[in-house]
Amino acid sequence: MAILELKDMCCYFGGLKAVDKFNTKIKKGELVGLIGPNGAGKTTVFNVITGIYPPTSGEIFFQGEHIGGLPSHKITKKGIVRTFQNIRIFPTLTVLENIIIAYHFRAHYSILSGILRDGNFHQEEEEMSKKAMELLHLFDLHTYYKNPAGSLPYGEQRKLEIARALATEPEIVLLDEPAAGMNPYETIKLMELIKQVKGKYNLTIFLIEHHMQFVMGICERIMVMDFGVQIAKGTPLEIQKNPKVIRAYLGE
Amino acid sequence: MTKKQFSSSVNKKILAYGKLPNWTKYAFISAITLFFLALYILFFGIQAFFQQLVNGIQLGSIYALIALGYTMIYGIIRLINFAHGDLFMFGAYISCFLGNYLMAHNFRYPFIIVLIFSMFVTALLGMAIEKIAYKPLRFKPRLAALITALGVSLFLENFLALSPQNVPFPLNKIVFGPKYIPFPALIAEKTYNIGGIAINNIKILIVVITIILMIALQYIVKKTMIGKAMRAVAFNKDACLMMGINIDKIISITFGIGISLAAASGTLYALTYGQLQSPYLGIWPGLKAFIAAVLGGIGNIPGAMLGSYVMGVSETFATSINSNFGYGIAFVILIVVLVFKPAGLLGKFTKEKV
Amino acid sequence: MKIIKNIFNLIKGYYKFILITALIYLLFQIFNGSIPIAPRLLTRYYMQIIMFALINIIMTVSLNLINGFTGQFSIGHAGFMCIGAYTSAYFTTILFKAAEMAYFPQLALFIFSLIMGGLMAAFAGYLIGLPTLKLRGDYLAIVTLAFGEVIRSIVRSSDEIAAFLNQIGLVKFSETIAKISGPRGLSTIPNLSKFWLVYLITILSVIIMRNFIYSTHGRACLSIRENDVAAETMGIDTTRYKIIAFSLSAFFAGVGGGLFAHVLRFIHPNNFSFIKSIDYLIFLYAGGMGSITGSILAATGLTILPEFLRMINFQQWRMVVYPLLLIILMLRKPSGIFGNREFSFLIPKRKEAS
Repeated sequence: MAILELKDMCCYFGGLKAVDKFNTKIKKGELVGLIGPNGAGKTTVFNVITGIYPPTSGEIFFQGEHIGGLPSHKITKKGIVRTFQNIRIFPTLTVLENIIIAYHFRAHYSILSGILRDGNFHQEEEEMSKKAMELLHLFDLHTYYKNPAGSLPYGEQRKLEIARALATEPEIVLLDEPAAGMNPYETIKLMELIKQVKGKYNLTIFLIEHHMQFVMGICERIMVMDFGVQIAKGTPLEIQKNPKVIRAYLGE
Repeated sequence: MTKKQFSSSVNKKILAYGKLPNWTKYAFISAITLFFLALYILFFGIQAFFQQLVNGIQLGSIYALIALGYTMIYGIIRLINFAHGDLFMFGAYISCFLGNYLMAHNFRYPFIIVLIFSMFVTALLGMAIEKIAYKPLRFKPRLAALITALGVSLFLENFLALSPQNVPFPLNKIVFGPKYIPFPALIAEKTYNIGGIAINNIKILIVVITIILMIALQYIVKKTMIGKAMRAVAFNKDACLMMGINIDKIISITFGIGISLAAASGTLYALTYGQLQSPYLGIWPGLKAFIAAVLGGIGNIPGAMLGSYVMGVSETFATSINSNFGYGIAFVILIVVLVFKPAGLLGKFTKEKV
Repeated sequence: MKIIKNIFNLIKGYYKFILITALIYLLFQIFNGSIPIAPRLLTRYYMQIIMFALINIIMTVSLNLINGFTGQFSIGHAGFMCIGAYTSAYFTTILFKAAEMAYFPQLALFIFSLIMGGLMAAFAGYLIGLPTLKLRGDYLAIVTLAFGEVIRSIVRSSDEIAAFLNQIGLVKFSETIAKISGPRGLSTIPNLSKFWLVYLITILSVIIMRNFIYSTHGRACLSIRENDVAAETMGIDTTRYKIIAFSLSAFFAGVGGGLFAHVLRFIHPNNFSFIKSIDYLIFLYAGGMGSITGSILAATGLTILPEFLRMINFQQWRMVVYPLLLIILMLRKPSGIFGNREFSFLIPKRKEAS
């Protein structure tokens, strides 16, 4: 059963066809990759799925439901979350606060409760703190918990962004270039972390990446895009041998 | 219908409205405007209509010269130069002092000398302010530059409003004092009566000079190398740095041009009203001109011109009905326009890359 | 039973804070002459200044909610103050004659009027929030400014509105509106702002706003400031929270306005012009966006400082020196004196599982 399905999804900006008739079915528990040269439209696909841009046409189904055109926060509440290509953490807030914010939409206490600081407030705050610290432990970021997130080294910031996404307790995670700017050692550790987290939380993962070692090493299935169109799909081995893919990356 | 169904259908309608083609929005705004103008003619007569129209165009010209400066500066460094209205005031005062001197010594054509001189001197002041107060904050958060602009504005107004007797030498020679100063009649006033409408030669002069300056500005921006550099810096400052363009020089020149226009407006304004009320006279024209620039789309030069005339005309009409109306109409128009066209009449949003 | 336990816990947790604020209050009353153990240094005039400082604290902290904590750019705060002032004065002066009431009913009416002032202002904040949240930073600033001026225009037109209401038959209501007497100002407002009440309300307001900030709803607002795209994708309805921030901030500004009206005892639309909004912006900025402590200290200091300047006969230089200091502050430390740091007693303890 497909957890995420895109049918002929298009995203045009005026005359520019950033994404043209994108089709895919992602099953629950899969780890799928999306690759392609720069400017192929990969991040735009993510942006449309997560509601940052409305689709110009076509349909998006999540667990059978229509989600095309919904605002981002509603889509996240349904269970889709993403990370960003250029890191979008909350820089002046502490690392712990960055994670706790992701629990916001699951908190039930009202504004009045927050102001009066009643039992509900304390109980839920404590729960959120606890869950956040656990997540930080898992990502090995717990020593930084009081530091402003902007002061973290680059690799840790990337991990924080992923950890924050996981704090929304999603069904599917869209990772946009999670390994960007990482050296080979960090990349391998990240691969292990993602596999670990995927197993622990029973996630489906859909990721964009340029690091071929990462993509080939971790993805079960890969899609390739170029100029807004999907040009190939298959297992890592099939993709590596596909002449269209080679042409897209290396030219004629 | 359940609550969810209702709100989602409302949402769909709002989303659909946002996708209406632009021409329908323009048509709608034009239709409403024409409706109000027709109402006015009905109530007040066609003669009053044209009289106010003439006055409105004059006022719009004054606003236009200020608004152009605002929009150019915003376009190039994304700063709302709150001090712009005060430089308008400074231009008015400089032209007053020079005018007095020239009239006393019987110079010929005092007006044009005064105009050019005040434009030049005020531009120098403006460029100095830019170097001292705005340049250091160029790559800092924008709010800091805004507050600094506010500070410059307040400082100029209040410093120049100090009474000379309270100020130690040598500064007491520079301050203007808080009381009003009469402005010399640099041009003999002649009123013409065309079809029952009183038109002043000064009014004509204002509109003519404004048009000349606007054409000159368009020429500079569109046809010269400097203009091209200005547009480039406005588009992407960092890229220009890497292309070897001296952005400091370009920004200074932009300031110089924008502020000289404000000074011209100040001179014309003073000529019209015959007196300078106080060093605080720049606050309200500055604010209205700024609103005009936003109305037309801040950063957009034709937009600033359009917005200013819209402001000038509507303010004149509204004031002739009721002075309270005139006071608030500018703001109401702004809010209405921004609700329909969030980037201003001619403005375009640049989308943030996600 | 549970409520009593909650209150008891509250007091236990905050005993240090309560002690300090009570002490400060006692000090004020000692020097005020109410407790005759020290010479009376604080005359009625100075006590009034201190009350203005307290009101400015409420205004600045509430402005901080929108500008500092939610990262928006609102420069029409005086408009909310105006609504609150006129609404509460309407209840105590026009509808009911509070001056002729006994102590407790008078107090109850006053508090009611303050809440009504706050609610009206909050409603206005909601109205403003709705259309403007699609606007980008600078445009939002202009709209908030315009809104403040529109409010003033409406108050100024109270005679015209009363006449209109009379015509459509709401005679009684029309009479009360006429008494607002916009352009002439509303006078004979009873002196209901007793020091202890203003002090208490200030403390409560700051506590409420601070509690809001340090809750999940406050964090939602913070996330909008930090990165609104990311906040939206983390499940936070940014539009809803911007509106909440606006409304809450407007509520407290309205309460501040109500208190203000009953200290000054005479209000006029000119008290609430955008120049006043700029005052609060300066307080906010000097203290540090995102720092409640900074707002409190800056509001207090910058309200009391002019009095010292007046003592040494320096007052006309105030508005010359202030902006200069502001400019220097921005050039040196753009994040304000306190940046976004707080006194430790304002930050709640978090129980962490390590």
